Amino acid sequence: MIAYTIRRILSASVLLVILSMITFGIFTAGARDPARQACGKNCTVTLIEQTRKAYGYDQPITVQYGRFVKGLFVGRDFPEDKALKKSNPELITRCNAPCFGYSKNFTSLVFDLIKQRLPISINVAIFAFILWITLGISGGLVAALFRGRWPDRLLVSVSLVGYSFPTFFIGITLYTYVALKWNLVPKPEYIPPSGDFIGFLRGAILPAVTLASIYIAAYVRLTRAYVLETMSEDYLRTARAKGLSNRTVIFKHTLRAALTPITTIAGLDIGALLAGAAITETVFNFDGVGRLAVQSAQVQDLPTNVAIVLIAATFILVANIVVDVLYAFIDPRVKYS
Amino acid sequence: MTLSLDVTDRSPVAPADAFLSVEDLKVHFPTEDGLVKAVDGLTFQLAKGRTLGIVGESGSGKSVTSQAIMGLHRGTRAQVTGRIMFDGEDLVSVSNRRLRQLRGSAIAMIFQDPLSALHPYYTIGNQIVEGYRVHHDVKKSAARTRVIEMLDRVGIPNPQQRIDQYPHEFSGGMRQRAMIAMALVNDPKLLIADEPTTALDVTVQAQILQLLKDLQSEFGSAIIIITHDLGVVAEVADDIMVMYAGQVVERAEVNELFYSPEHPYTWGLLSSMPRMDEARQDRLFPIKGSPPSLINPPSGCVFHTRCEFRPEVAGDACRTEVPRFDADSPHPVRCHIDPARRRELFRSTISARL
Repeated sequence: MIAYTIRRILSASVLLVILSMITFGIFTAGARDPARQACGKNCTVTLIEQTRKAYGYDQPITVQYGRFVKGLFVGRDFPEDKALKKSNPELITRCNAPCFGYSKNFTSLVFDLIKQRLPISINVAIFAFILWITLGISGGLVAALFRGRWPDRLLVSVSLVGYSFPTFFIGITLYTYVALKWNLVPKPEYIPPSGDFIGFLRGAILPAVTLASIYIAAYVRLTRAYVLETMSEDYLRTARAKGLSNRTVIFKHTLRAALTPITTIAGLDIGALLAGAAITETVFNFDGVGRLAVQSAQVQDLPTNVAIVLIAATFILVANIVVDVLYAFIDPRVKYS
Repeated sequence: MTLSLDVTDRSPVAPADAFLSVEDLKVHFPTEDGLVKAVDGLTFQLAKGRTLGIVGESGSGKSVTSQAIMGLHRGTRAQVTGRIMFDGEDLVSVSNRRLRQLRGSAIAMIFQDPLSALHPYYTIGNQIVEGYRVHHDVKKSAARTRVIEMLDRVGIPNPQQRIDQYPHEFSGGMRQRAMIAMALVNDPKLLIADEPTTALDVTVQAQILQLLKDLQSEFGSAIIIITHDLGVVAEVADDIMVMYAGQVVERAEVNELFYSPEHPYTWGLLSSMPRMDEARQDRLFPIKGSPPSLINPPSGCVFHTRCEFRPEVAGDACRTEVPRFDADSPHPVRCHIDPARRRELFRSTISARL
């Protein structure tokens, strides 16, 4: 079990290294000159060359990647020039580990940028996760228990409709009607939950609902399918034959088996969402990582792009490992070695 | 013999010692294609301490009958009519609450495939303890002691350790023993075993059957054993009921059924069974054709479409008239052929095939 986990972590690390190389390669060796991008609007030929030197874009790509990795673990200097550091240390900008580089576009260290925006994405994602798990699973259970009757038909068709609408449409509609026209909730804004939890809930309810809507629809259908599949299992007949009450048969025996595969899917879904939801954050003006990704991609902000890709990949890989390891506890038939 | 146009069997008054008495039981399933008459007018009695074997092909209504006794058709689309008198209560009309009290305690069931019939995510111990505590208000530790005792009784070695294992950690035979322990944990008066040995090796089959016999003599419960394997019923049953297309076609005491069977379908079953104790025959005698549709069962005698002895009956009675079935007689047979002629046919033609 421990050996398995370590092996998984190692292979995930290798994957991350390869991924970082590819991302780094795509952005650095792209058609546009990164020095020109970083130089800004009022740029002269000398300024470009200065920028190139300051960011190390004059070096071969292997050296650049090496410096990038070094920056992640021990930090780095801009420009990387030992002689200059000795003579004029005030001209050197130090970027401490973990250093993802400096974003000229946001005039900030990329790590600080991420540190500031990641909690927004994570908190909204967790809010949405709680919504979609509770509503999706209970909806699916009700649909399965009333199979073929009107509550089932209603839930299945509503979730189909919900599934078909694009996120931006749901987001804009909720924003316009629920927040602006009907004033049912305050105008969406991010308030850190540590300070004012109720304020956070009120401010983030619409983005969370928007984010959750597509998942609720999917989970209603998933749960319904898994519960129905489980209900036809022989061991539920055995449970009833033992004289157990309906409640025990449904909430203990059926759900235990039906929710196992859902745990896997839920783990992967939340993993993918933690690194930001581009559309929802853009619609509601939430400065999360998803919005940051959109903004930095638009201006080809290389260091920010690389950082976001790596963070998103890390979340997904970690979620994968957590789900797999968790499975050994949920399903006694699974043994890792 | 008198021919009767009476379609249903009139239920006789249950004998005093019969504590399970099924009267004109019908289980029908409405489907898109029509009404499936899985069990169509079943009548039989079972006394304490006796074992009844129900034999028939797949789809003859054996399992549906057993599930009807357990009330497992409730909450489904199945339409159950008739009476199932168990110890003075009618299981067809009894309240859900009362039925739950009886299930697992007074009437228990052993299922065919113990791997799929046990919950994969709970330990064997958990599942049996749960079954015990629904019917007994005892602490977990007391229930656990009782379950270890039961596991030991059904021949599971190291019950103290094995109680905490999961079904997939048991072998097929051990799983079926655990299943039996689960069924017997509440000392049921009636035990229904639905193909209890079908999923098992032959050697393990014999052990399980012996175990059932031992437990019966120990606890004095009545057993209904459902199987398509005549070898199994020959081993354990006192009486045998042969089912075909949702009806009983013949019922007799076990030796009577094996040595002087009277229904052409029973003959077919017996002659399609391979035998090891005689010189190898050239061939087996399978029953021609396939089981009839339960939506549109054949008119008259349900077996007439596959019966090779139809010419024995004058006119077209096999096709037009339902044969009478006298559930009260010791050896009732649902057949138009004259009883004397049936016995003669068996001696002259059939016994050579066995």
